[in-house]
Amino acid sequence: MARKVVITGLGATTPIGGDVPTLWENALKGVSGAATMEDSWVEEYDLPVTFAARASVQPSEVLTRPETKRMDPSTQFAVVAAREAWADSGLSKDDIDRNKLAVAFATGIGGVWTLLNAWDTLKEKGPRRVLPMTVPMLMPNGPAAAVSLDLGAAGGAHTPVSACASGTEAMHVGMELIRAGKADVVMVGGAEAAIHPMPMAAFASMHALSRRNDDPTKASRPYDVDRDGFVMGEGAGALVLESEEHALARGARIYAELAGSSVTADAYHITAPDPEGLGATRALKAAMYDGRIQPEDVVHVNAHATSTPVGDKPEYTALKAALGEHLDKVLVSATKSQMGHLLGASGAVESVLTTLAIYHRKAPVTINLDNQDPEIPLNVVTGAPADLPAEGSIVALNNSFGFGGHNAVVAIRSI
Amino acid sequence: MASNEEILAGLAEIVNSETGLDEADVQLDKSFTEDLDIDSISMMTIVVEAEEKFEVKIPDEEVKNLKTVGDAVSFIAGAQA
Repeated sequence: MARKVVITGLGATTPIGGDVPTLWENALKGVSGAATMEDSWVEEYDLPVTFAARASVQPSEVLTRPETKRMDPSTQFAVVAAREAWADSGLSKDDIDRNKLAVAFATGIGGVWTLLNAWDTLKEKGPRRVLPMTVPMLMPNGPAAAVSLDLGAAGGAHTPVSACASGTEAMHVGMELIRAGKADVVMVGGAEAAIHPMPMAAFASMHALSRRNDDPTKASRPYDVDRDGFVMGEGAGALVLESEEHALARGARIYAELAGSSVTADAYHITAPDPEGLGATRALKAAMYDGRIQPEDVVHVNAHATSTPVGDKPEYTALKAALGEHLDKVLVSATKSQMGHLLGASGAVESVLTTLAIYHRKAPVTINLDNQDPEIPLNVVTGAPADLPAEGSIVALNNSFGFGGHNAVVAIRSI
Repeated sequence: MASNEEILAGLAEIVNSETGLDEADVQLDKSFTEDLDIDSISMMTIVVEAEEKFEVKIPDEEVKNLKTVGDAVSFIAGAQA
């Protein structure tokens, strides 16, 4: 029997809240984190997309000057979220075996601000001005390494990288480490800070971003017939995973069980999702099998649902294939409608929300769904948060999919 | 050209932003490594930023001779002349 894995700490810094209580309050309320960007470079480069969902609390407001100077913004977000999750877990560095404390912190892109700023500096001022911290700041394992240093976690620091599935894949990696007995506690999460003119131009170039420049708060509209792309977000999510026996021994507050997880690859196309959702279906079925979960156990899905014209439907197809007729009874939340798409952080932040949905037995709101696509007849939570069954064991799924054909699914069960 | 006092104040500002040390702790007799606990990467960052701030060149082979804050102030003052 594999060791049971539970969730004992949550942290987040997002476009709709700089900490978990604020994030949860807003996710139930239904607010948009998107706004027109005030940066001079929007006009300077004549960007086709002029809005994004910035983190509502910038790291410079909570970290020291040397911390922000020596860490890429993606790593800054990671450290902020991980510190909140650690404090929330009630763990103390003094009463934990640091060799059994690991980190799995994902990113989709990594230190893109540092990389491109250093390139600008090289061109404008020469090699001497490229600072010596550039390499450790731009490396994609920067967030995992910084969190490991911050916590004294010596049981390994991993960086799952699978584009927009990264954050959820980190949950999978953390779970495997605990099940294999290699760690008792794993700080998992994902971080992203890519609201920079180059990624904004590149995502716009592939027509992945919404161009609703005149109405940013209405731009992220998963499942709506008028959806035209995702809204770039930034931030981080972090969760403390712990073996059940370790958590019980210290009398920890347990939010939920991380019951199952799975990662698959489409092997279909580098960016387009498999129209039949076969890889996603396999991931869903495997995560449910992993957690010994029947379709009838599932009451809620935090969907990937980015609001792109081609992406939203295959996820419905996959959910239908995995859950069958029971899908009609499952309450679906598309929280990217509120906070935009945090790329490699999205799966982590959405895992935080999925955990809270199970813990509070309440599903957060999907906004901007005015005219639901008839080809996606999901039971979507709109208007007000929906109550999940008050009694009995309940399960929620969190899906994340990434360019490259990556599919990651986690199943979270009530305690 | 900056005076020695201005160079010290400017260095203290750079050291503060790099390490978080109080600017008042950055005194002429303080050793970068022993007293201020500055590692080699931070030292190189401070050197590069000082070069930019004071418009001087501090050759790499010279950096190892800059043991104290006073050494750095003297070198920068000399390089400006």
